[in-house]
Amino acid sequence: MAVNYNAKEEADGHTSGVGVAGGGAAGGAGKSRKPDNTAFKQQRLPAWQPILTAGTVLPAFFIIGLIFIPIGIGIFVTSNNIREYEIDYTGTDSSSPCNKCLNVSWNSTPPCTCTINFTLDQPFETNVFMYYGLSNFYQNHRRYVKSRDDSQLNGDNSSLLNPSKECEPYRTSENKPIAPCGAIANSMFNDTLELFHIDNETRIPITLNKKGIAWWTDKNVKFRNPFGTTNNLTALFQGTTKPVNWPKPVYMLDSEQDNNGFINEDFIVWMRTAALPTFRKLYRLIERKNNLQPTLQAGKYSLDITYNYPVYSFDGRKRMILSTISWMGGKNPFLGIAYITVGSICFFLGVVLLVIHHKYGNRNNSADIPN
Amino acid sequence: MGCVNNRIKTSKYNILTFLPVNLFEQFQRVANAYFLFLLILQLIPEISSLSWFTTIVPLMVVFTITAVKDATDDCVSICSKLPLQSLQQSILQNEKWMNVKPGDVIKLENNTFVAADLLLLSSSEPHGLCYIETAELDGETNLKVRQALPVTSELGPDIRRLAEFDGVVVCEPPNNKLDKFTGVLFWKDNRYSLNNEKVLLRGCVLRNTDWCFGMVIFAGPDTKLMQNSGRTKFKRTSIDRLMNTLALWIFGFLVCMGIILAIGNSIWEHQVGAHFRIYLFWNEVVNSSVFSGFLTFWSYIIILNSVVPISLYVSVEVIRLGHSYFINWDRKMYCPQKDTPAEVRTTTLNEELGQIEYIFSDKTGTITQNIMTFNKCSINGKTYGKSVFINVLPKTVPVDFSFNPLADRKFQFYDHSLIESIKLGDAMVHEFFRLLSLCHTVMSEEKNAGELIYQVQSPDEGALVTAARNFGFIFKSRTPETITVEEMGKLVTYQLLAILDFNNIRKRMSVIVQTPDGQIKLYCKGADTILFERLHPSNEELMSLTSDHLEEFAGEGLRTLALAYKNLTEEHFKEWFKILQEANTSVDSRNDYLAAAYEEIEKDMMLLGATAIEDKLQEGVTETIASLSLANIKIWVLTGDKQETAMNIGYSCHMLTDTMNEIFIVASHTGMEVREELREYFALQALALEGDLENEFVEVACMCKTVICCRVTPLQKAQVVELVKKHRKAVTLAIGDGANDISMIKSAHIGIGISGEEGMQAVLASDYSFAQFRYLKRLLLVHGRWSYFRMCKFLCYFFYKNFAFTLVHFWFGFFCGFSAQTVYDQWFITLFNIVYASLPVLAMGLFDQDVNEQNSMDYAKLYEPGQLNLLFNKRKFFICIAHGLYTSFALFFIPYGAFYNTAGEDGKHIADYQSFAVTVATSLVIVVSVQIALDTSYWTAINRFFILGSIAVYFAILFTMHSDGIFVIFPNHFPFVGNARNSLSQISVWLVILLTTVVSVMPVITFQFLKEDLNPTLTDQVWLNLIMKQKPLQNYMRRVYRTNSRRSAYAFSHQEGFGELITSGKNIHISQYNYFILLKSGAFLKNC
Repeated sequence: MAVNYNAKEEADGHTSGVGVAGGGAAGGAGKSRKPDNTAFKQQRLPAWQPILTAGTVLPAFFIIGLIFIPIGIGIFVTSNNIREYEIDYTGTDSSSPCNKCLNVSWNSTPPCTCTINFTLDQPFETNVFMYYGLSNFYQNHRRYVKSRDDSQLNGDNSSLLNPSKECEPYRTSENKPIAPCGAIANSMFNDTLELFHIDNETRIPITLNKKGIAWWTDKNVKFRNPFGTTNNLTALFQGTTKPVNWPKPVYMLDSEQDNNGFINEDFIVWMRTAALPTFRKLYRLIERKNNLQPTLQAGKYSLDITYNYPVYSFDGRKRMILSTISWMGGKNPFLGIAYITVGSICFFLGVVLLVIHHKYGNRNNSADIPN
Repeated sequence: MGCVNNRIKTSKYNILTFLPVNLFEQFQRVANAYFLFLLILQLIPEISSLSWFTTIVPLMVVFTITAVKDATDDCVSICSKLPLQSLQQSILQNEKWMNVKPGDVIKLENNTFVAADLLLLSSSEPHGLCYIETAELDGETNLKVRQALPVTSELGPDIRRLAEFDGVVVCEPPNNKLDKFTGVLFWKDNRYSLNNEKVLLRGCVLRNTDWCFGMVIFAGPDTKLMQNSGRTKFKRTSIDRLMNTLALWIFGFLVCMGIILAIGNSIWEHQVGAHFRIYLFWNEVVNSSVFSGFLTFWSYIIILNSVVPISLYVSVEVIRLGHSYFINWDRKMYCPQKDTPAEVRTTTLNEELGQIEYIFSDKTGTITQNIMTFNKCSINGKTYGKSVFINVLPKTVPVDFSFNPLADRKFQFYDHSLIESIKLGDAMVHEFFRLLSLCHTVMSEEKNAGELIYQVQSPDEGALVTAARNFGFIFKSRTPETITVEEMGKLVTYQLLAILDFNNIRKRMSVIVQTPDGQIKLYCKGADTILFERLHPSNEELMSLTSDHLEEFAGEGLRTLALAYKNLTEEHFKEWFKILQEANTSVDSRNDYLAAAYEEIEKDMMLLGATAIEDKLQEGVTETIASLSLANIKIWVLTGDKQETAMNIGYSCHMLTDTMNEIFIVASHTGMEVREELREYFALQALALEGDLENEFVEVACMCKTVICCRVTPLQKAQVVELVKKHRKAVTLAIGDGANDISMIKSAHIGIGISGEEGMQAVLASDYSFAQFRYLKRLLLVHGRWSYFRMCKFLCYFFYKNFAFTLVHFWFGFFCGFSAQTVYDQWFITLFNIVYASLPVLAMGLFDQDVNEQNSMDYAKLYEPGQLNLLFNKRKFFICIAHGLYTSFALFFIPYGAFYNTAGEDGKHIADYQSFAVTVATSLVIVVSVQIALDTSYWTAINRFFILGSIAVYFAILFTMHSDGIFVIFPNHFPFVGNARNSLSQISVWLVILLTTVVSVMPVITFQFLKEDLNPTLTDQVWLNLIMKQKPLQNYMRRVYRTNSRRSAYAFSHQEGFGELITSGKNIHISQYNYFILLKSGAFLKNC
């Protein structure tokens, strides 16, 4: 950009014109009302004045183009190399094994279960992340988003027994405060997914790691169980009741003490609401065991689903996703394509502007300024 | 008579009314009322989509800042605190002006302002005469005479009798007619009729009268001066009005968006939400989709209200205040002689200074200094005196008058040959100055030896007599019968036989004197055209020579008078004197007889020469007017003075030139006549005009290059301004220095007061004040232009920024079930306009410059975009909105695409609501910062600091609010804990931010580049010129001399009647007419 320090030029004094010559008349008196001669007050602060010239704009376009296209290609290739496998197990299709569970309701006993077999054509080499995905599920609805009490979830004992009004109508049940209160907690995803590798007709369960799926800050700062003299969660949650849709109270979410109550990671993940109605949430981790074998070999697998969560009524969809991860996240071709497109447009614009500038550019005859 | 005290309220508020009045005024702003409405909406829980504090905190800040600013603006102490003597129970008491009531008898001293409308009771001068100067009232510079009733003048200085004065005055109700007063005084069982000659009006100055007593008739707001000053109005700029309109449009836009989203919500609730109820309960109150849509509408109004953020108005006020301070601080508008810097008295009008189309200027004291100097003369065919324009050169030494002990030190003359001629005893030169020392109506007073004081009734005459005095012909004293002159050191007493007084028709005055040796002489001075007709035929040659000189003088804008004398024989005089006395005693049409008698003797005169008096213009007036005309600003001069003097000034400041070949003068006295004259004029262009006279006047006047209106009363000045405002829809500026300009100053969009020597009333009523007319150029071309430029840039950016910020919610509405869920954190919404994005744009609004001050002054054409309102108008506004819309689209849909159904680089959340909010907010802050960086054309350290600082502060606040510590304290208010560090550590988030920034900014750069490359504006060119370091184009102001002028520059601010007064002391009658003159240029004919 063209830079012009014009302060000096100003200070050199174009004081001609109507300028008042010197301060002689009022000088020395000390009480003169003559304004101070500072660069700030006289609006002569040193400044540089960039201007959009062909010399700056055109190279900028070319440079942006030349940087963006490789980035885009890089992202695109990376995204394409991500292994991802997705199963819709909602069961809307009558041929689907889960079709029978389509109209399941909360707390149906015994729970409806179904099994879906699938085949991975290619092995998943690195750590695999198992997600559940929901579509048409409005976790970002205003009434839904605000229907929680962060204070309660943070282990505040007074909020535990007296949840925020925002939780209405899931604030109390049977005259007892609900813990955790609110619509978000009440609608927690509660399908159970189990993965088996079918090797020669034998089902080998795959170890699904349920810890380490939530953000560290969520697990350790934002969500805390209520404090008390005892470690017994049952006692700590004394006086509260479970959310209406839940089969069991919050202190029975998991058998392990550090994954139970409000700090249950499945719960934490659910409580971090999604921005868009179609989303995926991390469900389990499948860690690579050794360097010799891929995490998931190519072959046949089966997914056992305990189908508790009804979505069909609002035309929702449930998916199970297996995916690897790259440096820029999960599989999404958008960013790569966008970068390539924008880079190309910039480059193209650079060329067009160059042609226009050379053919019609009007800057050369700026010498004759009319007055 | 009502008992009104003399306190004049020029301020808008007092302590009691301040709060309600100020609040009312603030709520007059559509936007403020609207914010209050929003605030009420937010208190309804079903609707509230934002915490209530997001609106009320900024609103309170806005109201407080504005109220404090208004309070300081409205300078409270208006009442003069000058002590004044008033009579109560025969004791003179010092009173303050404001305590004077009707019925009081007060004493005035020489050179003081008259404090109220008074009935003159008695004065120090014989016959109860007193002299007043009415320049503050009507701009006329000559003295006027007022005379007390004989019965009251007998009271004299007797305080006891004055205190017992118990006359009752019955008079007309207060009105604004300055030249008319009717009333009756009942005193001691007699009735005396009163007229204008018996009253002293507030605003006059007592001159040449040691003291006078008067009874207050009208005080305070009832005085004719205040009746003339019009009401104080709440001035608002056109940008203000545009902003109000736009606020309404935006509100309409808001309602449209609200309706779209509400309909969306109803449909969604019906189609989707109804099935989603297992997870998303119905609220008890909300039980139908239509009602839900209705509530959503209001919720969205609240969320989207930031398209007109409250901070807009505060920011605008702050910017205007800053610009005002820059004007106050400007050393180049500081007048060292008077130690007066420019002062901004209304801080809300600055950008309008960049849009002025019409300037209405007062003459006396504004354009002229009201100082007359004897500048040149032509004696017997020879000119003396150097050109007025050369005398500024320092090497010219003024003539040394030290030989003359009585010389006036202030008088300067630059031609030594004249003094030599006098010393050599050139008879004609002596006769010339003898005439000047004899033919006048000046009174003299010799206080101490060698200290001669002249009491002049017009400054022109004073200049002539003073010139004669300095050249050795010293007028010493006069009695009704004699004039004593010290001629070259010896005293000579002339018998004064007759004064043939001046009047507007005769345009000359003569004296007939008898020299000590018995010779009778007639000395005459007057307009050359008149005088040349009555010269003796033998003067032919001298006459043509002199008239050449007169043309030359006139060409320089000097006021000229021709001088002639005539020797009379005693018989001739006696014969004529009889005729004169007959004429004097005649009852009917005495004036006609007198005029005929004068005619009789004033003929066959011998030409002596001519004088040229410079009506000194204020410094730099010509250059200022020339520059302002170049900037396409039309300048009208409105003066209460006479046509001749007004036109003369028009020529001397080059508003009128001889290239204007069609000077059109309307000088009719009645509406019908004026109408006919205007009609005739229109006949030329075959334009059928119907309707008001006003219309025609404005139509004609606005086609003229220059308009000078003379003989206008203060109220008429305001009416002219109102006319132009009404019919032209143009931005007007009025500048003046006197009390007679107050009404005009108040009614124009911008009023400027010249803080002159005396009288602060114009300044107190004005919006801006400075000491010299020439500062107007800098005020308009530099400060006004910059203010307008900055304000427009600021507004464009501001609207863009807020649309970009707000419309993201609109797009998000389609993906969150139209539930009025915000995209951003509430804290971000609260702070965005106040903290993150306010300072850089404020810095731009305060410091930006496109071209520097020198270029702004040099290229007056740069002022035009302001007049044409090019930089911010409805079209620009839509462009800004489109830009904002586009940016908001990019801001929402790029993260949407990038995070749709995907996970972060650790496999965990990236598309959760909070991460999405942080990503969009960060992109927004960066995009608007880059945009302001592109918009800023003048990068001072402050701009850099604010732009980089805002981004830094954004991240600092972001990480603080997302920190563990603050969450532990307020878990419900800061639920975004840990979000910043989790989201912003992901590469893909930064890739999204980078992409959004480039996509948002790229089209802007492209358009801007194409515009500047293909169709550069003048600003761009000047700019580039500056960058390329080319030599600045010189812009010489050439002095246009009037050549071939056939008109006489005769102008004499003299009034008839003084001759008579001198000889008889009789009262005089003055008639005043109001008429306009329009002067127009040849350019007009080409147009039609």
